[in-house]
Amino acid sequence: MLAKRIIPCLDIRDGKTVKGIKFVDIREVGDPVELGAAYALQGADELVFLDITASHEGRKTFVQLVKRIALHLNIPFTVGGGISEPGDIEALLSAGADKVSINSAAIGNPELIDRMAMNFGSQFVVVAIDALEENGKWTAYINGGRIPTDKELFTWAKEAENRGAGEILFTSMNHDGTKNGFACSAIAKLSDMLSIPVIASGGAGTMEHFKDVFTTGKADAGLAASIFHYNEISIPQLKAYLHAEGISVRI
Amino acid sequence: MSVDFAMQRLGIESYVTDDHDLIRSADRVIFPGVGEAGTTMKYLKNHKLDQLIRDLRQPVLGICLGLQLMCSHSEEGDTECLGIFGEKVKKFIPWKDHNTNFKVPHMGWNNISGLQDGIFSRDLENQFVYFVHSFYAATGEHTVAACDYLVPFSAALRKENFYATQFHPEKSGRVGAQILKNFIEL
Repeated sequence: MLAKRIIPCLDIRDGKTVKGIKFVDIREVGDPVELGAAYALQGADELVFLDITASHEGRKTFVQLVKRIALHLNIPFTVGGGISEPGDIEALLSAGADKVSINSAAIGNPELIDRMAMNFGSQFVVVAIDALEENGKWTAYINGGRIPTDKELFTWAKEAENRGAGEILFTSMNHDGTKNGFACSAIAKLSDMLSIPVIASGGAGTMEHFKDVFTTGKADAGLAASIFHYNEISIPQLKAYLHAEGISVRI
Repeated sequence: MSVDFAMQRLGIESYVTDDHDLIRSADRVIFPGVGEAGTTMKYLKNHKLDQLIRDLRQPVLGICLGLQLMCSHSEEGDTECLGIFGEKVKKFIPWKDHNTNFKVPHMGWNNISGLQDGIFSRDLENQFVYFVHSFYAATGEHTVAACDYLVPFSAALRKENFYATQFHPEKSGRVGAQILKNFIEL
């Protein structure tokens, strides 16, 4: 049976992981390659590396890093963050990334999705959407959640699918960082209306939250950062719990 | 690229090439593939790689599209393939009911069963491996591992020296590394 995926997300700046990540048995805490390998050993199903570097030099560093990650990691990984040029995408895929996620650039230029899907194949294209719910309406934001757009979450997600996105990574800005649980009803609505997988992000605080997002939320994958980085929930413990709750996970 | 990296992790010298002599003289040949069946078959024919692959006598491992191209026919672009395996390649039709939404592509980790010797060892029965595909080879006489998504399909095929996996062993963690190691050690 197809397993629900657990995906830790790592923020990278200038080739190093950003947050003070608490892990034992790691020589260099800031090294994304070692951290990624540690997560893979723990049973992470996939990883997301988000480049939050602004500078042009930093971008080059990131491509070099992606090569090292691809050489050492034996599970799939997605890279994202500030990607706007087809050249960037090609560089990251040929460096060995399994998928590239685009966010602001896709909203600014939706045809970028068509072009990526055409040139590389849909399975390489993840469209990330950060959205905020106000008065019952979900609005997509760009530039790391700073600027609202005229795109509504559900219509934008459907458009992205029609244009050739292979997956949707939805982050609820209302839930992100709260640790009060995922935006299950919005995620379920997305998952029902799309025929591509939905990765849910924002709000993970407990193991029950993952159960909820996979059952009532109908998500295909659950993504989180700090709870894994600070070892508040370990992946083996989370998977054992989900398995006991009757959810298909890879153990 | 990823397969090349996986070989490096196993300490195996590998080359990404379409050079006939290099391929013929290799100890092992891996035929991975990402892309569209019709376009890729055309490429193989233009480079006379279709007959070359059929004539190989060393162990050959097709991966993902590689498996599909080793079958007789693919619904993707109504393509005549290499015909090493008699099995036919069909498209997954998405299906949903109230409880389950079977999405296409079949993307993620799924378990494989009914494993037969060769590249599989018995301890791998029911283990999870990583799939990304919208087309599948039906189960048939050459099926040596099965998986179930929408329908039962061939997770792996084998005929004589030809092996193929629909999943990506190079992305399937410890289990995938074991399968690649088994292939190298055949």
